[in-house]
Amino acid sequence: MLYREAGQFKSSYGEDQQIFPIRQDRIAIALLLVVAFVVVPLVGNQYWLSALITPFLIFALAALGLNILTGYAGQLSLGTAAFMAVGAFMAYNFVLRMPWLGVIPSFVLAGLCAALVGVVFGLPSLRIKGFYLAVATLACQFFVLWVIQRWGWITNNSASGVITAQTITLFGYPLTSPAAKYLFTLSVVVVLALAAKNLMRSETGRAFMAVRDMDVAASVIGIPMMKTKLLAFAISSFYCGVAGALYAYTYLGTVEPEAFTLDLSFRVLFMIIIGGVGPILGSFLGAAFITLFPILLNLATSGVSHALGIEVPHAMVSNLELIVFGSLIIFFLIVEPSGLARLWQITKEKLRLWPFPH
Amino acid sequence: MDIVFFFEVLTGGLLAGVMYSLVALGFVLIYKASGVFNFAQGAMVFFAALTFVSLVERGMNSWVALVVTLVVMIVLGVVTERVVLRPLVNQPQITLFMATIGLTFVLEGLSQLVWGSQPHNLEVGIPDVPIVWLTEKWNVSISQFDIFAALVAGALVAVLALFFQKTRIGRALRAVADDHQAALAVGIPLQHIWAIVWAVAGGVALVAGLLWGARNGVQFALTFLALKALPVLLIGGFESIPGAILGGLIIGASEKLAEVYFGPMVGGGIESWFAYVMALLFLLVRPEGLFGEKHIDRV
Repeated sequence: MLYREAGQFKSSYGEDQQIFPIRQDRIAIALLLVVAFVVVPLVGNQYWLSALITPFLIFALAALGLNILTGYAGQLSLGTAAFMAVGAFMAYNFVLRMPWLGVIPSFVLAGLCAALVGVVFGLPSLRIKGFYLAVATLACQFFVLWVIQRWGWITNNSASGVITAQTITLFGYPLTSPAAKYLFTLSVVVVLALAAKNLMRSETGRAFMAVRDMDVAASVIGIPMMKTKLLAFAISSFYCGVAGALYAYTYLGTVEPEAFTLDLSFRVLFMIIIGGVGPILGSFLGAAFITLFPILLNLATSGVSHALGIEVPHAMVSNLELIVFGSLIIFFLIVEPSGLARLWQITKEKLRLWPFPH
Repeated sequence: MDIVFFFEVLTGGLLAGVMYSLVALGFVLIYKASGVFNFAQGAMVFFAALTFVSLVERGMNSWVALVVTLVVMIVLGVVTERVVLRPLVNQPQITLFMATIGLTFVLEGLSQLVWGSQPHNLEVGIPDVPIVWLTEKWNVSISQFDIFAALVAGALVAVLALFFQKTRIGRALRAVADDHQAALAVGIPLQHIWAIVWAVAGGVALVAGLLWGARNGVQFALTFLALKALPVLLIGGFESIPGAILGGLIIGASEKLAEVYFGPMVGGGIESWFAYVMALLFLLVRPEGLFGEKHIDRV
C-alpha cells in the first residue's frame, strides 16, 4: 500500500527516463536530503558531525568509487587507499601551490590526478582478470605510498612526511566548524552520487555492466574493451581521489601516508561487500555499517564490562573486536551474500503489498 | 662489479625466495583444490608459529609442541571448512575471498587473545651464522640457517609431490582440482577433500611459521608474509606447486639484487613494492603466470 507505483502513468519520454521514476522514491529522497542538509546540522552535536557522519559520507564516496569499478565494471581492485592517497596529497599541493584556484577546482584536479594513476594501474586489466588483477592492483597500493613517502615535493618537504591540511575557503567563507565541513562534504557526495546513479543508466554504464557480465561477449558485440575498462578505472579512481581529498580536509586535518594503508583498501572493500556489490545504495549502507559498527562494538564492550564490574584490559578488547568483526563479516557473507541493499529490496517488495497478504 | 659479492647477493636472494615459496605453497594448495584465494594464509602462519612458541615457553617439549600445534592446525582447517566454506559453496570467488579476509581478522584476534601480543624468539637449533668453510674458501658468506630452510622447503615439496602423486587421497585431491563436478560424479567426497586440503595448508603454514619465526622472531609482522607471497603466485601461477617454488626463487633473487644495485639510486625502501611491479611486468607477457592454467574464454 505504502509503496505502490500503480496509477503513476508516464505520458512523456522525459518522465519515463527520470532518475527516480516512482513518486514515493522522489519523496523519500527529497525528505532524506532535507533531513541531511537542514535537520542534521541543527540537531547533531560536534562529536556526531565530525567523528561519525562526516567520515561516513567520505567512506560512502570511496565505496561508491570502488563500486563503480568492482560492482559495475567487474574489475576487482585492492588499490582504493592508494587512489585516496593520491587525491589527498595532490589536493594539498594544488591548494598550497595554486591558492588562486579555489577549493572545488583543486579537488577536481586532485581527483583527475587520481584518475590518471588509476588508468596507469588499470592497464594490466586489459590482459588479466580476477585475482591476478586484484593482486596486481596491490602493486599500485605499495608503489604509490612509497612514492609519497620518498618524494619530498609531494609533502612539501615535511620532515616526517605528515602534511597539515590548510583551512579551505568556499565563496569567502572559511570551512572551520564541523557543521560547515559536514555540509561541504555532503554537497560533494550528493552531487557525485547522483552523477554515478545517472552514469550507470547511460551507454557507458551499460557498457560497464556488459564487460562485468562477460568481457569476451561484450567485445564481440562491439564494446571497446580498452576504452571501457580504462574509463571504469578512471571514474572509480576519480571518486576515490575526491574522497581522499575530503578525508584529508574535512575529517583528518593532519595526514600521514600511513593513513592510506592496505587496511583502508580492505575496509572500503568490506563496505561494498556488506552493502551489496552493484547498487549505489549499497555503498551508503555498507559505509554506514563499517563506520558505525566499531563504535557500537566499543560501546557494547565497555557497557558489558561495566555491568559485570570487571576491568577488561585494552589489548583484550581490541582483539575481541577483531574477532567479532571478522566473524560478523563471515556471518554476513553466509546469510546475505548480496548485501544490505538486497534486504532493502526485499523490504520494498513487502511494502508494496503491506498490509495485505497478497 | 664484484662477482663474489654479486654471487653472495644472488644466493642470499634465492634462499630467501625459498622461504617465500613456503608461504606461497599454502595459497596454491588451497586455490588448486577449492578455487578459494585464501588470504588468511599469513594469519595461519602467524597463528601456528605463535601457538608453537607459546607452548614451548610454557615448558612443553618441542617435539610434543610440534605435534600439538600440528593437531591444532588440522582442527583449524576442518573447522574452517565446516563453518566458513561449506555454507558458501557455489558463491562467487570474491565472496569466498572476502570470507577469508574475515577469517584473517578472527585468527589474528584469536591468536593474540590466547597467547598475548608480545614478540617471541624462536630457536630451532640452527644458528643464523655464515658457513665457515665457504667464507674461508671463496670469501662468500651464506647463512647456515638459510641452507637449512632451503633443505626443509625442498623436503616439504618432495613430500607433498609424493603425497599428490602416489596416495589415494592425493589422487582425489588432483581430481578435485581438475574438475569439481566430475570428481563429485565419480564419488569423491568433496567436503572431506576440502577439509584435508585446509589441514595440509595448515601444516605448511606451521613449517613456514617456524622457519620465518626463527629468522625474524614470532611477531605480528608474520601476518604480512601473505603479502610477500602474492607476487610469487602471480609469477608462478595460482595453480602450480612448481610455479610457487620457481616464482619464489625469481622474486627472492631479483628483489635482493634490485635492493643492492638499484635501491640506492632511488633512495631505498623499494622492497615494499619491487616484487609487485616485477610481477606486474611479468604478467603483461604471460597473463596466467609461468605455470598457471591457460584460460580459454568461450562465449
